[in-house]
Amino acid sequence: MTFVVNDREFSSSPAPGQCLRTFLRDLGHTGVKKGCDSGDCGACTVWVDGHPMHSCITSAEQMRGRSITTIEGLADGDELHPMQDAFLNSPGFQCGFCTAGMIMTCASLDDEQRADLPAALRGSLCRCTGFRAIHDAIDGVAHVETDVSPGKEIGASVGALEGRGVVTGSVRYTMDEVPPGTAHIKVVRSPHSHARAIRIDTAAARAVPGVLAVYTWEDVPLKRFTTALHENHLVEPDDTLVLDQVARFKGQRMVAVVGETVAAAEEGCRQVVIEWEVLPAVLDVQEAMLPGAPHVHHRSEDAWITEPERNLLIDMEFGRGDVEEALASADVVHRATYRTPRQSHAQLETHGSVAWVGEDGVLHVRTSSQAPFICKEKISYVFGIRRDLVHVFTGRVGGGFGSKQEMLTEDLCVLAALDLRIPVQWEWTREEEFIGGTSRHPMIIEVALGATRDGEITAMAIDVTSNTGAYGNHGGETLGASSAALAWYRCRNKRYTGRAVYTNTVPAGAIRGYGAAQPTFAMESAIDELAGLLGMSPMELRRRNAVQPGDNLAVGGAPIDECLGSYGLDQCLDMVQSAIESGPSLPAPEGPEWSTGVGYAMSMYDTSPPTEHRSEASVELLADGTYLVRVGTCEFGNGTTTSHVQFAAAALGTSMDRVAIRYGDTAESGWDTGAFAQTGLFVAGRAVTYAAQGLRHRILEYAERQAADGAAIELLADSVMVDGRQIPLAELAQRAAAEGIALSQARKAYGSPVSVGFNVTGVRAAVNSVTGEIRLLQVAHGIDGGTVINPQQLRGQVEGGVTMGIGFAMTEWWQMDDQGTVLNPGIRMYRIPNFADVPPIQVFFADVEDSVGPFGAKGCAESPIDPVAPAIANAVADATGVRLRDLPLVPPLIFEQLYDSYLQRGAAV
Amino acid sequence: MDQGTVKEFVRPAVEDPTSLWQPGDAWLAGGTFLFSTPLPDMRRLIDLTSLGWENLVIGPQALHIAATCRVVDLYHFVPPADWTAGPFLREAVDSFLAGFKIWNGATVGGNICTSLPASPMTTMAAALDATLEIWGPGGARRTMAVPDFILGNHLNALQPGEILRSIDIPIDSLRRRYSYQRFTLTKHGRSSEFLVGTSDPAKGDFILTITAATSRPFVLRFGAVPTSAELRATIANVVAEGDYFDDPNGSPAHRQHMTYHLAEVIRADLAGEAR
Repeated sequence: MTFVVNDREFSSSPAPGQCLRTFLRDLGHTGVKKGCDSGDCGACTVWVDGHPMHSCITSAEQMRGRSITTIEGLADGDELHPMQDAFLNSPGFQCGFCTAGMIMTCASLDDEQRADLPAALRGSLCRCTGFRAIHDAIDGVAHVETDVSPGKEIGASVGALEGRGVVTGSVRYTMDEVPPGTAHIKVVRSPHSHARAIRIDTAAARAVPGVLAVYTWEDVPLKRFTTALHENHLVEPDDTLVLDQVARFKGQRMVAVVGETVAAAEEGCRQVVIEWEVLPAVLDVQEAMLPGAPHVHHRSEDAWITEPERNLLIDMEFGRGDVEEALASADVVHRATYRTPRQSHAQLETHGSVAWVGEDGVLHVRTSSQAPFICKEKISYVFGIRRDLVHVFTGRVGGGFGSKQEMLTEDLCVLAALDLRIPVQWEWTREEEFIGGTSRHPMIIEVALGATRDGEITAMAIDVTSNTGAYGNHGGETLGASSAALAWYRCRNKRYTGRAVYTNTVPAGAIRGYGAAQPTFAMESAIDELAGLLGMSPMELRRRNAVQPGDNLAVGGAPIDECLGSYGLDQCLDMVQSAIESGPSLPAPEGPEWSTGVGYAMSMYDTSPPTEHRSEASVELLADGTYLVRVGTCEFGNGTTTSHVQFAAAALGTSMDRVAIRYGDTAESGWDTGAFAQTGLFVAGRAVTYAAQGLRHRILEYAERQAADGAAIELLADSVMVDGRQIPLAELAQRAAAEGIALSQARKAYGSPVSVGFNVTGVRAAVNSVTGEIRLLQVAHGIDGGTVINPQQLRGQVEGGVTMGIGFAMTEWWQMDDQGTVLNPGIRMYRIPNFADVPPIQVFFADVEDSVGPFGAKGCAESPIDPVAPAIANAVADATGVRLRDLPLVPPLIFEQLYDSYLQRGAAV
Repeated sequence: MDQGTVKEFVRPAVEDPTSLWQPGDAWLAGGTFLFSTPLPDMRRLIDLTSLGWENLVIGPQALHIAATCRVVDLYHFVPPADWTAGPFLREAVDSFLAGFKIWNGATVGGNICTSLPASPMTTMAAALDATLEIWGPGGARRTMAVPDFILGNHLNALQPGEILRSIDIPIDSLRRRYSYQRFTLTKHGRSSEFLVGTSDPAKGDFILTITAATSRPFVLRFGAVPTSAELRATIANVVAEGDYFDDPNGSPAHRQHMTYHLAEVIRADLAGEAR
């Protein structure tokens, strides 16, 4: 019997232990994705005899003789399946990595299942959208505007450029396109939190058939670097080696094995014998700072580290006014300590890259990265390769959320590819994301607030202790970002103190809400507590003290390049409060143990990072009269490339279908620092806009030559009107080419000045004081992102950010035992919100136009997460009277406090 | 995920596959566990689904569920109308963390043999007093009750070479009244606690089955529906603090608290008391 896939017979046989997912991919069906490889996310969903199954946990051999349908076989030729059409036009996706499986699932639902989507979609995860968009797709609700005339691009919900490829499974993500004969890397990870490998025996591993090479710390360049991808690599310590002799956390990669197959590499790893000298380890961030604590790093390793003897990566202190005096003279003072946990990005596409040296002598690296240009610089530095001999590029990236602002897989692939001169790939497992990847920095945040009796805030101080784990990664920059929580209230006396501390735990890194989501939870909880002491409504306290145009935005005294390019906070507060007060989306559960409450929180964000951020884009007129944009930023569902085409079309007065874009490739465009911190829109978007405006000018200039002096010249969608004579752009382009004149322009843009935007979340929650369950009855979110370039894209980003905030607050419970072992390293036991966990989210946009951003837009993909957790905690406090200062708010961690209070309340009645 | 150490896929040509067993073998049914986590000691997969066991047979005394009966087939099984507990078969399936796509592969026996505290087929079988039929090499046959079969988290009484052949549920059990309570940390999450009470309307007895909250199932039998205090005392006597399961999906303290709470809700329901 053979295998039948999409009505085509295949005679090849799978390996005896092969799952259906990889077998289908081997046969060329790369629309079948890997999100978890354990049956939990549904990205690999295919139909077997018409019934959907998770192909990652299905034996391939067992499916012999069955008829299999993948996303590639769903459409009828060029005619999309109605569900594909619905997902395209809703749109029901952002990064699109879950989409093929999601469509295969949704297209199979019967009426009974459609009537209970939360149950039917419990095995189908999306990390980007927040599920409303998927719900709309299933219901056939189309939001995409397909007929957008020139001049109307800005503010139109145009569809994603690669949308058709996403819904048909043909768009290529990182691992969907690797050179033939690519070898595979697997690594041996440390079983100890702190230990030195005194002897590594690789002989048995090398003897495994199919093993091509084994690398240890003795085989790597003796250059330390930071895995963080920043314009300025000096903002984080160079404390990492490609492979190190010392393991500083349980799970650190120690030995890399390259095999012809994954199975050979895995077997090689099992044959490596490491003799360890186990060293004392410190896992707790406060213990790490005590005298006598084990040192995670030593001064000899990197002079940048502030005080390795106290495991201090960096500390910071700044402010203005006199906080101590202000607290002493305040009528009311609130002091409390808040704690926030790790959070995994859980982007659906795991990290992965492939490297090879081409016949051109250039090292090519295809990777799942948010910052290919910085990655290129880092590879060039670590391996000592001339920059022009390194080429780094991305395909479509399957979600990032900051996890890919980090060089975590590329270096080992490069090491092996340079040595073996063959293509080498490393694709992470989901477990590796948890034990070897990064997560949100856990922080301990002490807040002190002082106010006058009538509610004027007179003193604000926060003290932040951030656990960076075993390596610096983004430890310094996220610490700096944590001072932001002092910024959105006007107050003469502010003080920030903070420190990032090494521990022998898995490193933390960049993640949506970069260093800000944590202190926002603390500050916005504290504001509610202060309001309670004042006997004032928390929203009144917020309005009374919120930063206003003309106020200082700086926490410290030094001049900053930040400005209020626009101000929509007041609108956000009004819209959200009005929505919450107009009543809940869902009914409150009944019973004496249930109580309901309302909570709000707000935050301010910067439109680009404090370190240098620059982007260069070009636009050219092609011989066929269409335009090509090249820009270095990446596309991972953030929608920036779609916005860039909107910008270019608007600036050039043409239709979007006449503008193509290439992105995320160091060989295609000038420099781009990377796609993070709203910069895809705010910085790269301006580079594209400036380049398009420049090209418009240049085309008109050239057209002028074709006319008499003083002739009227107008650039139209596909032609130039010169003296009433219409010259097609194709003709103009060809004429220019013949004359040796290039009709193209490039421009650079910078992340300075930085503008700011705002987010406000309102929550109505029901709390069960017996079980500890929190049920969200209503979530309203207002965002001040300047001009809305693409309403559906922005709505999706906001819903996705709010949903990630709901996860941070109440479903995602990242657990580590006292030996440094991650207890739930997979998305079965680490619960990101699924369809059933997300209530309807009401989204409101402030009506403002920014003076700095492109077309008045500020960008805001990252920021909506910030005020969500405190709004939920404030709602819980309002409902129960119980103030919960430690996240996450999961029943096992909160039920005792809630139940004790419930019994006391009962006793009082 | 791929299991790279597997060297052979075996479709047994015999009626009793236990004779084929050798170290490194794994009995493959739906594969939803065997392909979900690294199992580097695995060398052969023996495909039980090719044996053609009949899924669901209603006998005079019992409902016989083949171990290889897919969960989806149990879900779609329409029990006779006089089985008051018949709907629980479907409700138990609905209590999977996994959704319907997994039910298309996963089997009833596979879920019990995976022996997770939260395995809903374990809950179903334990609450309905099922007898497990076990085949061993050399024609060995034995039966076990579910609480004896499940020894702990991911641990059961199967010996090397043994397979679970069927789950036999007494018709009498299916004619009992029942009430269940389940708590999950996220909606449609894995059960942190899954408790079931049943009662024979004629006898007025009460059987409480505690699962998911504890590392193994506990079945508490009462001649009559107990009072609140009696129920609490019995649970305290039978279930030690160390029996409450500790995993990322709950804490022993919360599970203990919830066990008492949910047990009382079930008791009150079957006692006909308004809450």
